[in-house]
Amino acid sequence: MSHRPAGNKRPSVLDRLSTVLPQLVVAPSFLLILFFVYGFIIWTGYISFTNSRMLPSYELEGFRQYLRLFAMDRWDVAFNNLLIFGGFYISLSIVIGCLLAVLLDQRIRVEGTLRTIYLYPMAVSFIVTGTAWKWMLNPSLGIESYIRGLGWESFRFDWIVDKDMAIYVVVIAAVWQASGFVMALFLSALRSVDQEIIKAAYLDGASTTRIYLGILLPSLRPVFLSAFVILAHLAIKSFDLVVALTGGGPGYASTLPANFMYEMTFRRNQIGLGAASAVMMLLTVAAIMVPYLYSELRGKRHG
Amino acid sequence: MARAERLPGATGKRRLFGRLFIWSLLLFAALVYLAPLYVVLATSLKDLAEIRAGALLDLPHELNFAAWQAAWSEACIGVRCEGLKPYFLNSLLMSIPAVIISTVLGALSGFALSKFRFKGANAIFSLMLFGCFIPLQIVILPMAQTLGFLGIANSISGLILVHTIYGISFTTLFFRNFYVTIPDDLVKAATIDGAGFFRIFWRIMLPLSQPIVVVAIIWQFTQIWNEFLLGASFTSGGAQPVTVALNNLINTTTSVKQYNVDMAAALIAASPTLLVYIIAGRYFVRGLTAGAVKG
Amino acid sequence: MVQSLLKGAKLVLALAPLCASLASPTTASAQPTSEVLHYWTSGGEAEAVKVLKEAFEANGGRWIDAPVAGGGGDAQAAVLRARVLSGDPPSTVQIKGQNIHEWAAAGTLKTLDDEAEAGNWDALIPEVLKRVVKYEGSYVAVPINIHRVDWLWSNPEVLARVNAEPPRTWEEFNATAEKLKAAGYIPLAHGGQPWQDATLFEVVVLGIGGADFYKNALEELNEDALRSDTMVKVFDQMRKLSTYVDPGFPGREWNLATAMVMRGEAAMQIMGDWAKAEFLAAGEVPGEDFICTPTPSNNGFILNSDSFAMFRVPGEDVAEGQKLMASLVLDEELQRAFNLLKGSIPARKGVSSEGFDPCALQSMEALASAEESDALVNSLAHEIVQDGAVRGAFLDVITEHFNTDMSSQEAVNLLAETVMLAR
Repeated sequence: MSHRPAGNKRPSVLDRLSTVLPQLVVAPSFLLILFFVYGFIIWTGYISFTNSRMLPSYELEGFRQYLRLFAMDRWDVAFNNLLIFGGFYISLSIVIGCLLAVLLDQRIRVEGTLRTIYLYPMAVSFIVTGTAWKWMLNPSLGIESYIRGLGWESFRFDWIVDKDMAIYVVVIAAVWQASGFVMALFLSALRSVDQEIIKAAYLDGASTTRIYLGILLPSLRPVFLSAFVILAHLAIKSFDLVVALTGGGPGYASTLPANFMYEMTFRRNQIGLGAASAVMMLLTVAAIMVPYLYSELRGKRHG
Repeated sequence: MARAERLPGATGKRRLFGRLFIWSLLLFAALVYLAPLYVVLATSLKDLAEIRAGALLDLPHELNFAAWQAAWSEACIGVRCEGLKPYFLNSLLMSIPAVIISTVLGALSGFALSKFRFKGANAIFSLMLFGCFIPLQIVILPMAQTLGFLGIANSISGLILVHTIYGISFTTLFFRNFYVTIPDDLVKAATIDGAGFFRIFWRIMLPLSQPIVVVAIIWQFTQIWNEFLLGASFTSGGAQPVTVALNNLINTTTSVKQYNVDMAAALIAASPTLLVYIIAGRYFVRGLTAGAVKG
Repeated sequence: MVQSLLKGAKLVLALAPLCASLASPTTASAQPTSEVLHYWTSGGEAEAVKVLKEAFEANGGRWIDAPVAGGGGDAQAAVLRARVLSGDPPSTVQIKGQNIHEWAAAGTLKTLDDEAEAGNWDALIPEVLKRVVKYEGSYVAVPINIHRVDWLWSNPEVLARVNAEPPRTWEEFNATAEKLKAAGYIPLAHGGQPWQDATLFEVVVLGIGGADFYKNALEELNEDALRSDTMVKVFDQMRKLSTYVDPGFPGREWNLATAMVMRGEAAMQIMGDWAKAEFLAAGEVPGEDFICTPTPSNNGFILNSDSFAMFRVPGEDVAEGQKLMASLVLDEELQRAFNLLKGSIPARKGVSSEGFDPCALQSMEALASAEESDALVNSLAHEIVQDGAVRGAFLDVITEHFNTDMSSQEAVNLLAETVMLAR
């Protein structure tokens, strides 16, 4: 059955179909994304130029929503928080994740157990993470009162109720959640480096430190990039963690753009303004993603 | 996969100190990672008096599962006092189909995009990839309209559709990057033998795909199970997934906040994904090695 | 392909019950059904809503409960928006003040004029509430209660330890608070959420500026009033209040603050009379375990009221359900039972005051006298006046001031700018 004689081949509809079959297979997924991602982006972009309030309206009114957006202190705070949060979250997760991966790479006996311990936070939803950390960081219930109870009366750890520090609390919980995942990325990449190179370097007399700094870590460049992109998109999407951990407070000191957008759209009946903030978020994502996708695909073509 | 050939570093005293240093760092990190889980677990096993009197890190005096019982089937959310149970089932009904459908679609798309480099395949791939990165807040309003148009608003079917669509980007990425690493010759040989698209996929690619299937399933399951925003916006009342119900339960406050019930509920809501990570975490890491993260 | 097949199947599944309900010939036999979207999830509130549910069911209705907890209705607003946009709104929604008008303006609410006529609402509903539940001359919602916002709840035992009585002026309040602080008590139990900060603010505005100033500044948004010296004084008092709360206040739920007063950790709380429901639900007796006094508010009365609005939803059973709900809510016995538990006072005239506690009786008297002396004002924090944008602008500035060391003058300037921008 499977070995058809070559001469028997007729250009039937079926054959023609089979040459476009790959396209046909991708088509439904692609069309879904075209509609549900790009269609919705266009919709949101359009709405951001209207005066939509309670419900979407389609009457254009120019850049007014953007002007209002940029005049709002709350938006400034949210956007600055994104920079602080994103910067610390991404860099700390990468540093800690990378460090743990290198340490775990040293032939540790209970590696499997440790790896699971570092990785499990990634399995937990932000709502749960937020709830647990909110409790631990509450000055009168958590770490502060515990350490005071041990006798260190003047101990203070009240960032969660401190307007200037609350955003860093969000960073702590988020790094706790993601760094184990970054560790897994690095560890698996370290394991796939060609062993012969390392052996050769060692025979040349290079120290373990030199091997890591000189050979292994540089070869992980693509993983750094992957980790950066994954973390960056998590940072921009961050919403639930703030809701569960600080509620955006004290005041609105720890809100992120995603929270801002939600508040305007759903709570304050300012759909147009919310859409404008969403567009700003999207532009931020695009600023990070487009160069990455471009280099990714160019690299692929050469490979 | 352990590095049998890894050659030992310095020997003697220096090595011992090195090991000690490594171990202390690793164990310290492990403690930090475990602390929140421990606190949540210990609190869920205490009664309220013990919580108020005792310190955060103390072990519970006795194993008291009353709070777990309450969180599972008794705690009130609004006027309904059935605990998390019905919502837990909702989450299962929602995530299992969504995980399966998005994984299947991602595998097929990934295969087509990596092994049949038709014109525009790369452009299509990058357009699909961007879908991973859109903030989901922006889709709420148009999605609500679309779900209403399809007649599946405020239902689990609606959530399945939503999660499937926004999962395709991720699964396509995983499978495509994995299949790129599989030699084209395999596919070519099979084509010459007369095997068609689905036959090659079924007979050749799928048997090789086990590591990446694990990654895709774990990733999708975790994302969908834990998702909050869409669940909170598109469902109300009986159709809510467990994350939303958990948030409602925690915020259904009476004058005495039942921390133990809250914590037990949080653990119940987190248990399926935790279980998956603990059991299959090894395969997850292995699967990532197998290609998902390669640039 | 799989996807589209599946979608088709889902569509059929989703449409099947719809077709069935359309096909059912009898209309009279349809069971009155109401899906009720609300955010009454705390102890006293949940008890009250249970009464309503039981009454609805006793009259043959089917109550589908859709509670959305959290954030004083923040989460509910998102659910409601998504449901309306998807063409599948809940039939009965707990909703307040300005939101009623906005939803009515969007054409999503059913008018209840028939029910109003049958139930003689014109005679029953107090004038102050008619403004809230009527839109362009038609009833679009049915009021269920009247809450007073400007209440001060105190723990008499704690006050007695510093030889104090519940304060009657802001000077007294500050003096008492200082004494409490010195004695190691938390003077003011408070939860640092924007709407709670705004509750303090409007109470202070009424207390320091009086009802006319309140109306000028918060209801009519007169820029001169917003920039006035009186407003500076209001923020001065807010600054004082911010020193009377404990360090753990940010993010705290209001009823956990109430619990602090019950336990004697804190002496006082400024909160609407839904806080009373928490005291009562915990078995405390007004006048003994806790004391209710109006905040220093110049004999004013800040009004807050919950209503049910009925959204346009197809289906005979739903229409019946809405009819039943609308007629039930103002029922004398139900009003009494509900409001006893909720801590509020009835939203209609002619409910005997028998059985209500002294706090509720005081509230009824104050309402009548404030109405007479034109000192009745509408709550900003609780969405009775101002739309979401303006209210949000107020909340932003109030909460920013309360949580930072911003000066009163800066706050006043920022408030005027932000509010004007949001109009």
